[in-house]
Amino acid sequence: MTRWRIPAALLVPLAWGAWLPAAGAEGDALQAQAPHPGKAAYDKWCAGCHGDTGAGDGEAAAYMLPRPRDFTRGVYQVRSTASGELPTDADMLRIVEEGMPGTAMPEWKSRLSAKERSDVVAYIKTFSRFFTGAPPTPLSFGNAPAESESALTEGEQVYRKLECFKCHGDAGRGDGQSAASLKDDWGHPIRAADLTQSWNFNGGASVEQIHARLRTGLDGTPMPSFSDAVDAKVITEEQLWQVAQYVGSLSPKTRPEVREVIRARLITGPLPTGPTDTLWSAIDAAYVPLVGQIIQKPRWFLPTVDGVWVQAAHDGARLTLRLSWHDPSRSPDPAWDEWLARIVQTATDADGAIPATQGPDRLVVQFPKRVSDETEQPYFLGGNNRRPAYLVRWSSDSERVEEGVGTGLGRFTALPGDADFSHAAHFEKGEWQLQLGRALVPRDTAAAPAFHPGQAVPIAFFAADGSNGELEVRGSVSAWYSVYLEVPTPITVYVQPVLAGLLTAGLGVFVVFRAQRRGPRADGPNLEG
Amino acid sequence: MRYPILCGALLLAACGGDRGATPAADTTAAAAAPAPAGSATITGTVRFSGTAPANPAIDMSEEAACQAKHTGVITDPQVVVTNGMVSNGFVYVKSGLPAGVTYPTPTTPVVIDQNGCLYTPRVFGVMAGQPIEIRNSDPVLHNIKAVPTANRGFNISQPSQGMTTTRTFTTAEVMVPFECNVHGWMNAWVGVMTHPFYATSGADGGFSIQGLPAGTYELEAWHEKLGTRTISVTVAEGGSATAEFSFGPTT
Repeated sequence: MTRWRIPAALLVPLAWGAWLPAAGAEGDALQAQAPHPGKAAYDKWCAGCHGDTGAGDGEAAAYMLPRPRDFTRGVYQVRSTASGELPTDADMLRIVEEGMPGTAMPEWKSRLSAKERSDVVAYIKTFSRFFTGAPPTPLSFGNAPAESESALTEGEQVYRKLECFKCHGDAGRGDGQSAASLKDDWGHPIRAADLTQSWNFNGGASVEQIHARLRTGLDGTPMPSFSDAVDAKVITEEQLWQVAQYVGSLSPKTRPEVREVIRARLITGPLPTGPTDTLWSAIDAAYVPLVGQIIQKPRWFLPTVDGVWVQAAHDGARLTLRLSWHDPSRSPDPAWDEWLARIVQTATDADGAIPATQGPDRLVVQFPKRVSDETEQPYFLGGNNRRPAYLVRWSSDSERVEEGVGTGLGRFTALPGDADFSHAAHFEKGEWQLQLGRALVPRDTAAAPAFHPGQAVPIAFFAADGSNGELEVRGSVSAWYSVYLEVPTPITVYVQPVLAGLLTAGLGVFVVFRAQRRGPRADGPNLEG
Repeated sequence: MRYPILCGALLLAACGGDRGATPAADTTAAAAAPAPAGSATITGTVRFSGTAPANPAIDMSEEAACQAKHTGVITDPQVVVTNGMVSNGFVYVKSGLPAGVTYPTPTTPVVIDQNGCLYTPRVFGVMAGQPIEIRNSDPVLHNIKAVPTANRGFNISQPSQGMTTTRTFTTAEVMVPFECNVHGWMNAWVGVMTHPFYATSGADGGFSIQGLPAGTYELEAWHEKLGTRTISVTVAEGGSATAEFSFGPTT
């Protein structure tokens, strides 16, 4: 690079000198030298990830999975055209405008003008030599048939017949038997979509968008097009729509709302006895998003777990939590060695070598060491010396949970003796369910926080997938949330409104009665006077 | 950084014509001289000296229907060497053919089958524009993903036994990888040629390229694991010549 600096600096004015006279003689030549109208916006907003030459190798690219698109190959995931075809301009514009859910690609509608957006699309096309012929023809997708219970049942059967589960899993959580070996056209590891989280679908969550992905495939990824199967009458167009409807039914239509307070339901009967206890189905689940731990080295930009569903209940004496999260692998699992090998090859190891052997899956629940009314919580990454955190650490390879004091991520002092928290975990079809429970008052009140009904107990989470290189402080973290322990509703809550109502009514009657009686007398003096 | 970018931008602008070169050059309709009838033949073998690397085992236990088509331990036939002879070497004329000559494109498709969760053939050649018929002889889902760089790729699914799909490539490319993502071990390679002078070495390592005009040719042997070897061969009209490619364990 350095060697070229000086010649380049000399060449630029020389080149301009050589071109300018010609340009003066011919207007078109000058036009040819003008920068592309989309270049300025591209260089400013896009090149950081997609690279100066569109090769998907910008400075930030190494920290992303999936990687930013390499525009030089002209291979695009989300299109309205057949597999192997180029996208239409409208296809490309839509991605620029709406972004790609589940990836680092944001929407640009609010930042770039309509002209800038279409100029950027035109500029992106110049990176690939394939955009030269006639514009591609979009496929005709038809309209979605009416959704019905029987259509969903049929859709599920076709999902099985087409063997979608081979990658996406039996329950659609992206944990199929082929999931560990999936790679994109660039050799990077790629996840089979978790079909229960449609808010992360790259091409959108509507049934129409899911159907379009089935017809076109997602080029550059392992997801094939099923158009040929329809043409060959292996399945009908209607069946493909039913698959789309079934897939759409696997997740809520929008990303779950995040609430800061998780209610621990007060239960008068028995508490759930394990993570698969049906009692849990009656208790609301709160969604807590997690993001890669990118503050303390070694940082982790490619986390598997991006959310934990939290359920909580207590009976006045004991608190129990069920934590559910999706992880396609029960780590360590030799079937996932291939995945980890690709992660090691792909991920940046700027912060130290990524472990090439799998660890267990882990979940850490974090409380403050003292639950008080103070607003300041311990540092969310495992506490610090001034305000230690109290950690309950579960790992899939251990028979017990560890409890202890955290004074920072990776700085943990386990309490001696058996853990106070009971625990039971269940892994099925790409989902962990972990139940943790403890008496509201701990065995050692000096060492562990006590919980009280009516209190909002701060809580935070750390999760790690051992098949994804997530050892030690590599993993994903949440911010602080709180678990509010419901209190019994006192009888006065029901009695007081009734009493107040009666009193108001009585007073009203009394006032009206008095007013009516006094009315004529009040008018009297005026009339007389 | 700034100057190289500016310089690059200028160069790109200056070389705009090259950049816009069509990748889908039509090889059949070009107004070029018809291919002269040739009668020379090059035969030879692809050899390997030393100990061939062991092929990895394939665990097909999850795919009973495919496993049932095999006996014993199933291995991925990446390097197949029999008595020092290498099969699945793709041998083709890399250069030396007269310029501006086009060769007729066969309309007979080349068939690639998915059978027992392996591709047959694993390595083959095809002419640009010649149909490739992709067949699924397994009662399981396969997807067929072609990952070329000079051609347009595709990724199609064949969810049922007996299904066939036809695709073509338009531009010469050595080699276009085929892969199945449902069965990560399944790989095949297609050499796309603008002339008919290519062959794949058989179980005995032998190959034969016929109908060549007299000339001196650069012949290349490509192997998925062993790499490439190039030989210069001169052949007279109606004559024959031999080419022996030799790979070693270190490549």
